[in-house]
Amino acid sequence: MKVITANFVTCAVKECKTSPASFPLHFQDAELEQQELDFQPEFIRNVLPRIDWEALRTVSNELGFPSLPDSKPEGEALDNEQTLKDLHRLLLETHVTEGKLTCGNCGHSYMIKEGIANFLLPSHLV
Amino acid sequence: MLPTPDTSHVSFDTIYEPSEDSYLFLDTLSSASESKWLSERFPKKEASPLVVEVGTGSGVVLAFAAAQSQEIFGRRDILTLGTDVNRNACIATQKTATTAIQAEQQPSQSVYIASLAADLCAPLRAGSVDVLLFNPPYVPTEDLPRLPSAAENDPAVSEAMSRSAKFDNDSYFLSLTYAGGADGMETTDRLLDAIPGVLSVRGVAYVLLCKQNRPDEVMERVRCWGSWHAETAGSSGMQAGWEKLVIVRIWRGDSS
Repeated sequence: MKVITANFVTCAVKECKTSPASFPLHFQDAELEQQELDFQPEFIRNVLPRIDWEALRTVSNELGFPSLPDSKPEGEALDNEQTLKDLHRLLLETHVTEGKLTCGNCGHSYMIKEGIANFLLPSHLV
Repeated sequence: MLPTPDTSHVSFDTIYEPSEDSYLFLDTLSSASESKWLSERFPKKEASPLVVEVGTGSGVVLAFAAAQSQEIFGRRDILTLGTDVNRNACIATQKTATTAIQAEQQPSQSVYIASLAADLCAPLRAGSVDVLLFNPPYVPTEDLPRLPSAAENDPAVSEAMSRSAKFDNDSYFLSLTYAGGADGMETTDRLLDAIPGVLSVRGVAYVLLCKQNRPDEVMERVRCWGSWHAETAGSSGMQAGWEKLVIVRIWRGDSS
């Protein structure tokens, strides 16, 4: 799974949906793999408006990437090729292959194996 | 005709093999009327849409949407994500999608971001999905198969199975691909309930139904949600004056 996925997922437990602590889920013991993808500056510019920047900063820190700027790049900052390249690398080229995603509200961990996160719940949480 | 994504790597022991319903999905999404509608709904100057298929199976539909995004959405900068209760289907989708994108789009490409083993859209963030695709288990059956647990999708568990246990397990996972319970609607009803929460403000869902699911009643129900629309976007297989399969487009907002 690409790192950008973490911006679109939350805990699968119904009771957690309303809790702000269930987003973003937290990566633990993550194994990363870089898979090269053609750099498309326009793509990053069009994806950025839909990114929850705070959540991305949290995830990026947890995965050990250099700190992202405090606020989402806008206007002229989007002409800076290095900024876009860094985001391209983090969001689209970085894959999490093993590890887990943990909910900050209920503490449940979803296992990631061979790049597939398993969000099916054990029977006591359904 | 646009090429169908290659699924020759997929083992159909536990995964639904692309059939008439899958192909109706491809034809509907790429039809002149739907691609016009979608291109207008997601104009290029607006943020990249997130396209999610629920229950991807082989991944043929999601891979097609990704690889033909220029024809369907009028843009290449789309993000695609799949979910399926069967982990094998997630692995299959990963390959189907990345291979199709690679084959059809060079150098600029749409991006497949992940497949998640999940019940419908349970792990998706509220309001995040722009385009939702669902080819459900729609066959009316006496019982609805239960959902698999996280442990049943652990590769180590299935590897340790005896031949007969594996056969039972395979049959169980296959039943999940078609068995829809009462009126074939038990799973689709749960998906419909989730649509208002998971779709974005500009969101749209495409849901396939068969005649026994009573598509007209389903569309009426959606229209009763208030400020929601439902129309037939594609159909196939006339049977005694009725379409055997239809794809319904469900969307929010004032626009028609």
